[in-house]
Amino acid sequence: MKDKYNIIVVGAGPSGTTTARFAALSGASVLILEKDREVGIPVRCAEGVGDKGLRSVVDINPNWIAQKISGVSLYSPSGMEVTLATNEVGYVLNRKQFDAGLAELAAKSGAEIKTKAYVYDLLHENGRVSGVKMKHLGKEYQLKADIVIGADGVESRVGRWAGMKTRTPMRDMETCAQVTAQNINIRDDYIHLYFSQKIAPRGYLWIFPKGDGLANVGLGISGEVSRNKSPFEYLEEFLNEHFPQAAILTTVAGGVPCAMELEKIVMDGLMLVGDAAHQVNPVSGGGIVNGMVAGKIAGQVAGNALKEGDVSEKRLKEYVKLWQKAEGKKNKIFYKLKEFVYNMSDEDLDETARLILHNPKERRTILQLFKTALLKKPSLIVDAIKVFT
Amino acid sequence: MKSIKFNRELCDFCGTCVGVCPHDAIELLESDLRITDKCTLCMNCVYICPVRALEELDEG
Ligand SMILES: Cc1cc2nc3c(=O)[nH]c(=O)nc-3n(C[C@H](O)[C@H](O)[C@H](O)COP(=O)(O)OP(=O)(O)OC[C@H]3O[C@@H](n4cnc5c(N)ncnc54)[C@H](O)[C@@H]3O)c2cc1C
Ligand code: SF4
Ligand code: SF4
Repeated sequence: MKDKYNIIVVGAGPSGTTTARFAALSGASVLILEKDREVGIPVRCAEGVGDKGLRSVVDINPNWIAQKISGVSLYSPSGMEVTLATNEVGYVLNRKQFDAGLAELAAKSGAEIKTKAYVYDLLHENGRVSGVKMKHLGKEYQLKADIVIGADGVESRVGRWAGMKTRTPMRDMETCAQVTAQNINIRDDYIHLYFSQKIAPRGYLWIFPKGDGLANVGLGISGEVSRNKSPFEYLEEFLNEHFPQAAILTTVAGGVPCAMELEKIVMDGLMLVGDAAHQVNPVSGGGIVNGMVAGKIAGQVAGNALKEGDVSEKRLKEYVKLWQKAEGKKNKIFYKLKEFVYNMSDEDLDETARLILHNPKERRTILQLFKTALLKKPSLIVDAIKVFT
Repeated sequence: MKSIKFNRELCDFCGTCVGVCPHDAIELLESDLRITDKCTLCMNCVYICPVRALEELDEG
């Protein structure tokens, strides 16, 4: 480890390692700092990704894939099942292998990586960010960087230390409980989503199969409604009722910032990517591919900015512009849709399911579903068309 | 006086509480959590914690 790098990335999740990979490929010296002792664990994730999105940012290694997914089943509060017509392929990953694989790719591209490295503050020089303060094996270090990248996930403190407003509002934080369990007997080339204010208020419950009876079963509820009943209490109730035979192998907690896009994600010498920048799709809570798409852009822009010797906010804003074009604009619409969907009553959810089941199978598309659900709020239908076509 | 009790045995070190803390008052390491003196006892962290590892105490 040197005491100065072109780029220091805080956090070795998929966003951080992807940013590091593309920055290193452009010739920058890059150091990734990760507070945990091993990249990729624990896995706080349902591990679902779409093929097309993932392929746009990395060559998919078959070892990362637990289960190929070819369909989606949705369940209404009263138990009606709506199977969506889709041609899209997806995967349930083994994120431990996936995250580690992405870190290896970053390393092969020339990035250095240090685990057990806890970043606790930023360095400032002439009123701008100039590096990080870090603790590693009981020793404190001050490391300089031309650009610091905050890829520190849901905690998102790097941005705050620089004066950005990265806190997630309570109502937008989905607080989550998940188990990985055996004996979940359900069609395993489909993902299964349950919408009901009783099962998962202001959120949803998911079953993401990993093959051969193994599955991630979890749910998220809004922080607005988690005061009196925790997500684990909701999950236990669901499992007792629907999968009493489940044998639980792993249990994890987690939070997803399903928030409106942050207004500010770059400053002189500082960029935020991934969950730290609230780049999660607010409806689905999916953040892996979004974080990697943002990471690829951020890494390339940072690399070019360094070559030009200009790491000012103005120069780095190219990242924001390209991210807006790629996914950011859509995410603003997804946020509006989330506000609507998460607040639907169980009666309205059942009614939507009933109506969509009248359609022939091939017309039960995600767009059709939203159009049906939004009958009471037609102004949002235009928005739904924008993101689902 | 209100205070917050941290229960290490329950904590999953997931960072959800850190994400909603309005005052950046939580230090979270791989397997340690500390609430600093920046805390204003707003209780966001207590209400959001998925495993109820933080508890609101009200003594006297
Ligand atoms: C229960 C659950 C289910 C989910 N399911 C899905 C899903 O199916 N599909 C999907 O796409 N997304 C899913 N997500 C969201 C997804 O997990 C995140 O969007 C994704 O991990 C974000 O990647 P990231 O690199 O931005 O952050 P992270 O993966 O969170 O990585 C951040 C890293 O930064 C490190 N770090 C934090 N602070 C510091 C510090 N001060 N110093 C050093 N290191 C630090 C952390 O230890 C961590 O390793 C789920 C989330 C949860 C909680
Ligand atoms: S939200 Fe709860 S489980 Fe997660 S780190 Fe905070 S105290 Fe621990
Ligand atoms: S009570 Fe509020 S201020 Fe104190 S640590 Fe929790 S969230 Fe932060």
